[in-house]
Amino acid sequence: MELLQELIPFVTSHWSDIMQKTLQHVSLSFAAVGLACLVGIPVGFFIVNREKLSGVVMNIANVIQTIPSLALFAFAMPLFGIGTKPAVFALFLYALLPIIKNTLIGIRNVNPATIKAAVGMGMSRTQVMFKVEVPLAVSVIMGGIRIAAVTSIGITTIATLIGAGGLGDLIYRGLSMYNQPMILTGAIFSALLALIVDFLLGLLERALTSKGITVNRSANP
Amino acid sequence: MIELKNLYKTYDRKTDVVKNLNLVIQDGELVVLIGESGCGKTTTMQMINRLIEPTGGSILINGKDTKTIDKNTLRRNIGYVIQDIGLFPHRTIEQNIATVPLLCRKDRAQVTEQVRALMETVGLPYDQYAARYPNELSGGQQQRVGVARALANDPDIILMDEPFSALDPITREQLQDELLRLHDEMGKTIVFVTHDMDEAIKLGDKIAIMQNGEIAQFDTPEELLKNPVSEFVAAFIGQNRLWKTPDLLKAEDVMAKDIVMVDANRTAIQAIEIMKKRNAPVLAVVEKTASGPDRLLGLVGINRLHSVLDSAAKVKDIMKTDIIKIPRDMSLTEVIALRGQNNVLFSPVVNGSDELVGIITNTSIVNVLSQIMPGKEDY
Repeated sequence: MELLQELIPFVTSHWSDIMQKTLQHVSLSFAAVGLACLVGIPVGFFIVNREKLSGVVMNIANVIQTIPSLALFAFAMPLFGIGTKPAVFALFLYALLPIIKNTLIGIRNVNPATIKAAVGMGMSRTQVMFKVEVPLAVSVIMGGIRIAAVTSIGITTIATLIGAGGLGDLIYRGLSMYNQPMILTGAIFSALLALIVDFLLGLLERALTSKGITVNRSANP
Repeated sequence: MIELKNLYKTYDRKTDVVKNLNLVIQDGELVVLIGESGCGKTTTMQMINRLIEPTGGSILINGKDTKTIDKNTLRRNIGYVIQDIGLFPHRTIEQNIATVPLLCRKDRAQVTEQVRALMETVGLPYDQYAARYPNELSGGQQQRVGVARALANDPDIILMDEPFSALDPITREQLQDELLRLHDEMGKTIVFVTHDMDEAIKLGDKIAIMQNGEIAQFDTPEELLKNPVSEFVAAFIGQNRLWKTPDLLKAEDVMAKDIVMVDANRTAIQAIEIMKKRNAPVLAVVEKTASGPDRLLGLVGINRLHSVLDSAAKVKDIMKTDIIKIPRDMSLTEVIALRGQNNVLFSPVVNGSDELVGIITNTSIVNVLSQIMPGKEDY
């Protein structure tokens, strides 16, 4: 309770600073996830019908995922120096796996009969992709993006170590100064951020998913 | 008209899935391709809308080689219904049916009207179902949508790949009946793949029985049943098929052809002589016509001939004239019903121009039925 009493004045008095860090945090994660979407979704579509290639790509993504996040940041430093760039790069690599994987699974899970019917009715390859595969896989792809976003927000707290800023700043500075309200503020805000982003992406996912997919089968007439 | 010419499909340069297949499907015909799995029936069908490209030979639609037509254009003008239905779950029933017309950029308002009409045709009222999603419908209803979707662009040709085989027997029966009705009403050319002989006989104007990538026999259901060209075809159709579907037997199949005729102007005494000599129970009285075949006037039997006192009386004055003539293509069940109602022994069978072609008696019916009766091993 004592801590909570200290926390509220800390937050109110440092509000603009906290907001700035939060904004930094959000932009880091979003830049990374956004890039990962731009790369990962097309890659997923590209490799879905290429058995060998998809194996190779998935293996690479899996390997990246197993590198500890701190180590990955360290690897990124020689390439991009310190600051925002290496942080975004490392976060981007992390976000790739769930996005590629879910895109792949989402499309593979589309009923082959649906594709067969679409092709048999005279849809071109692009039409099949945009009119059938994407709408049907969208909820699974969105699931991947959600995982990527939440993980990114978590890992971004470490990005402070290579000078990228964000809410991690508060946590690490608090740790070194043994300032508990500061540590807690960083932790609580990053956790809240993750929850809020997940919730918002959840809303987006629902908006993008056709009612026909979520509709209850037992509602038979 | 669809012509399949010297069609080959070979995978891996080894086995011919389809070999040297020739088939002509006339406009408005419902042709069933049937055979065991792996006989090439689905491959053959999918070569028509180029889902599979032939290794050799060609397919002409109304004289035009399909190779010269853009694949997607070709497919948009050929309806396609598959066993797994393959509706788009993320689209409403209306959107599903409107798919191809909208791909072809047809006027939206017009398409909506068309969809409305089609949905009524397949028995799914527009107001009730248009806004629903496929997952809300039963399998049978979904396949109705599948059929409506195939009809939406008003194609002349529809390909159906075992469309009803995943449905329960009652729904299947209903959809088969409706397909026949639709076919009668719309006159589309339909190519229908199945492995179910009952379905083939029920639906097909013509049936192509396939074996190892070749056509074993291509004929009307009646011909296949009565005159299978090979052991394979006979075995495939099944021995007691005709027994199970007596309606496929026509009057001409159960009539006796060795009928004894007498000219209308012969006398009773001459008629009796003819009967004795030919050992005939009854004579058909015919009249010569100026052009064409003899016309049937009536029947005369020994009772009438003996009862006349004047042996010089002409048969045309003695004969029984209120006879029931049976058209040669009347089905056996109708023949039996008609004979039963009127309690007749001899039923003359005539063709379109009233020419006598045979006579049906109980004996002639029993003779035919005993030939097609299933053997002991079938019980």
